[in-house]
Amino acid sequence: MSDNDGQFISEAKFLGEGYRSGLGNNPADSVFNRVLPNALTAKSDELFALARKSSLWTLSFGLACCAIEMISTHMSHHDLDRFGVVTWPSPRQADVMIVAGTVVKKMADPIKLLYEQMPEPKWVIAMGACATNGGPYYKSYSVVMGVDHLIPVDVYIPGCPPRPEALMHGIMQLQEKITMDSKKLP
Amino acid sequence: MTQQLSEFSIALRETLGKKLSLFPSSILGQELDMIMVRTNPFDIVNLCDFLKNDTELMFTYFASLTVVDYEQVDKTLEVVYHLISLTKRYKLTIKSSISSDNPTINSVTNIWRAADWFEREAHDLFGVFFEGHPNLKPLLLYEGFEGYPGRKSFPFHEYKEW
Repeated sequence: MSDNDGQFISEAKFLGEGYRSGLGNNPADSVFNRVLPNALTAKSDELFALARKSSLWTLSFGLACCAIEMISTHMSHHDLDRFGVVTWPSPRQADVMIVAGTVVKKMADPIKLLYEQMPEPKWVIAMGACATNGGPYYKSYSVVMGVDHLIPVDVYIPGCPPRPEALMHGIMQLQEKITMDSKKLP
Repeated sequence: MTQQLSEFSIALRETLGKKLSLFPSSILGQELDMIMVRTNPFDIVNLCDFLKNDTELMFTYFASLTVVDYEQVDKTLEVVYHLISLTKRYKLTIKSSISSDNPTINSVTNIWRAADWFEREAHDLFGVFFEGHPNLKPLLLYEGFEGYPGRKSFPFHEYKEW
C-alpha cells in the first residue's frame, strides 16, 4: 500500500504475512489455519446445527396414551437426557413439539396457538398413529385426522403406541434432518 | 335372560319389593344379574332422593348415567342410572324412557354431585335437556358443533375431516 503522508503503516507488516490485499478487510489467517488448513474451520450454519440438534428441548404435548411411552423414554431405562433432550413446559423456550396422542377437534385451537408461540427454529414430531393420520379413530366425529391438518410436521413416528426405541429413533432422524438442512448446497 | 343373582342382589330385591310400594309408577325387574327399576321420568327425583336417604338402602354412590337411543323403535330415549350402595353392597339400575322429540328429564345433581358431568355428556351426545342442572355447557364437543353424535341418526359417513 502507498504511504499517505507517512502515516500509513504497511498492512503487511501490521497484520501478518497472510494478509491478502485487495480483498477487503480480511484479517490474516490464524496460525492454526496456516499450519493445518481447514482442520478447525467449519461453516457457521453447520456449527449452529450441531448445537441445536444436540440440545433439543421438547415441549412435551402428551395428550393420550402415547404420553406414557414418551414419559418412559425420558426415564432411566431408555434415557433421553443423554441426547440432550429435556422436557420443558413452556413453549417460549422449546425447540421441538412432540405431539403424542389423539388430537381432538376441541384441542385444535390450543395446539395452533402453542405452535405459534414457539420461536424459530422449531420442529414438530408427530408421535403415534393418532397424530399421524387419526389412527384408530377413523371417521370419528371428534378427532382431527392427523395433526398435519393444523401444523407442519417434520418427523412421523408410527406405532400405537411406538416403543421408546422408536421415539428415540425418531428424535435421531430429526437430528439428521437438522444436520442435512444446514448443509445447503449452493 | 336372567342370570344367577348374588346374595346381596337377592336381599336388595326383597327390600325394594317392600319399599317401592311408595312409588306406584315404579316397576321392579331384573336384567341379567342386576336389579332394575323402571320408572316414570317425573318421579326420578323423588325416587332417587328416597333411595339415597333411606337407612336400609343408602345408595350414596352414583356410578354412571347413560342414554340408550331407541328412536327408530318407538321414538324414545332411555336414560339409565347406575347406583351403588357402599355400606350395604347393593347395585341398582334405574331406567326411564323419555320421548325423543323434546327429551327433557329432571336433573339429579342436587342429590348426587357426581351426576353433573354425566348429564353434561348426555346433553352433548344425545341432546337430552336436564332441568335444574346448574351448568349445561358442552363437555366433550367443541362450541358450535351441530348434531348429536350419540344418536343413531347422526350422519356417520359424511364426517368432515377437519
